[in-house]
Amino acid sequence: MNERSTVTSEAKPRFSEDALQQIQAIYRRYPADRRQSALMPILHLAQREFGGWLSRESLDYVAEFMGLPPIRVYEVATFYTMYNLKPVGRYHVQACTNISCWLCGSDAIMGALKNKLKIQPGGTTEDKRFTLAEVECLGACVNAPMMQINDDYYENLTVDKVAEIIDRLP
Amino acid sequence: MKIVYKNIHLANSHTLAVYQANGGYKSVVKAMDMGCEEVIEEVKRSGIRGRGGAGFPAGLKWSFIPKNDPRPRYLCCNADEGEPGTCKDRDILRYDPHLLIEGMIICGFAVGAEQGYIYIRGEFYREAERLQAAVDEAYAQGILGDNVLGRGIKFHLAVHRGGGAYVCGEETGLIESLEGKKGQPRLKPPFPANIGLYGCPTVINNVETLASIPAIIEQGGAWYGNLGVPKSSGTKIFAVSGHVNKPGNYEVELGIPLKTLLEQHAGGVRGGWNNLKGVIPGGSSSPILPADLCATITMDYEALGKAGTMLGSGAVIVIDKSVCIVRAVARLSRFYRHESCGQCTPCREGTGWLAQIMERMEAGQGTHEDIDLLLDICANIGGKTICALGDAAAGPVLGAIRAFKEEFIYHVEHGRCMAG
Ligand SMILES: Cc1cc2nc3c(=O)[nH]c(=O)nc-3n(C[C@H](O)[C@H](O)[C@H](O)COP(=O)(O)O)c2cc1C
Ligand code: SF4
Repeated sequence: MNERSTVTSEAKPRFSEDALQQIQAIYRRYPADRRQSALMPILHLAQREFGGWLSRESLDYVAEFMGLPPIRVYEVATFYTMYNLKPVGRYHVQACTNISCWLCGSDAIMGALKNKLKIQPGGTTEDKRFTLAEVECLGACVNAPMMQINDDYYENLTVDKVAEIIDRLP
Repeated sequence: MKIVYKNIHLANSHTLAVYQANGGYKSVVKAMDMGCEEVIEEVKRSGIRGRGGAGFPAGLKWSFIPKNDPRPRYLCCNADEGEPGTCKDRDILRYDPHLLIEGMIICGFAVGAEQGYIYIRGEFYREAERLQAAVDEAYAQGILGDNVLGRGIKFHLAVHRGGGAYVCGEETGLIESLEGKKGQPRLKPPFPANIGLYGCPTVINNVETLASIPAIIEQGGAWYGNLGVPKSSGTKIFAVSGHVNKPGNYEVELGIPLKTLLEQHAGGVRGGWNNLKGVIPGGSSSPILPADLCATITMDYEALGKAGTMLGSGAVIVIDKSVCIVRAVARLSRFYRHESCGQCTPCREGTGWLAQIMERMEAGQGTHEDIDLLLDICANIGGKTICALGDAAAGPVLGAIRAFKEEFIYHVEHGRCMAG
């Protein structure tokens, strides 16, 4: 389980040395005259670097960094659900409620999560530890019901297992 | 018969060492000895059809790439795996990434593409890590790069993560996304084979399609063509989810009776065959089959097409009698509304209307006219949009009204569902 860095939104966004190196590798994947292709990977990286979400400042920084008009960056950042445009908790708990998970009891799983975290989907706990979200199919349907927390999938869930998983997070 | 999943149960199957110890990357050498024309012929002979959903013959698609064209050519692997119910590619990506890489090198060689991209859904973070590690290993061993296996052929490969948008699984949405834009599909024609990634000729194939190629080269198109049934040759992975005792990804020959798939592979329907209400046979977009049809239908492109549904991605979603069909469809309609990219009016508005009407139907506030309205909206979406997401949204609604109209009527008349 990776933990997110706790960079606050006030700090002016700036890529770390490590990120700058990763960006060089990202650029090499696409033709030199097609740099915009690197936008999605760079936004993913920016989100990891800047506290798990993308503020307006972060988007402007990426635009300037890549030499793109800011609107190109806003368009992409708002189109894809994985770019968080609002702060999220240290653990982003995303429970699937689409067909296969629903057939296998995702209502109970979502209920257990709401109970345990005392928030509704879309909400974040006061201590900023958890954000809960209801999401569409994540492609693990034969192991339904499932949820994703940050980078990891948790599959074949039961109500008991959910509580245990949440309790065990560092 | 295991072709695509032949290695996934081996320990460390994702590593190059295990892959090579089991004969891996021999088909690349063989393909290069055969020459590109012959590779395309062999794939045509196999009869393999695209495993991503549309079922287009792969060899034919490859042959559309223009020859003697000065532009670079590209190969994109569709690893977006977004169709609800579908999770078959994931096991290839995480357990046998080299099989996919080998298939891609062969395809790249056949069509003259020197650069490939694997577009993997963003949520598959761990799978992308595995894939990247395999790509790195292949580069380190000279399997990818400027001189593939010392044969003077160039093939580069990169992994590109998506951002959580189902529509990017549509091939031109995928291309737009790969170019760093919103994933809004393009009007076709022109087709990607002529104007695809960066305006260049591009082949796009699903993970499972490409992962089937090494075996086709190794054992021959005729061998592969003899598996399965006519017009639906080879094996297919069915992701069986929902109300079965042993949900799972099962690779079987095409043409298998659905009942055999469920009973002999997936452990049977929960509560027994008589507890079956219906099966969505090819991912959430495919119209549902009622139980009586499930007893006799075979799982191939032709039979499912004739039954008014489709094989799609091979995601078999099993629904037992405890389920309210109206509620199930309402959930799917919500999904399509969320995923419409919004550029075509019939899809943007139509998916919104479908979701809204299904919601009120489920809440017991629907009317008899609403049932007709649903059919009318579906008719106004069908074939009138840029991409097939519109039709996909109509599929579950049309299928459910066709097979379970009495449940819709019950909802209208009693304000609640039949299933209790
Ligand atoms: C809305 C929509 C979503 C799609 N999602 C996927 C997907 O996740 N994976 C996939 O392989 N094909 C998907 N397809 C099908 C692709 O457009 C395309 O037909 C396929 O990738 C071609 O590869 P194949 O011929 O090997 O199947 C989707 C199509 C539509 C209309
Ligand atoms: S059919 Fe729907 S998803 Fe496809 S291009 Fe049109 S609006 Fe977008």
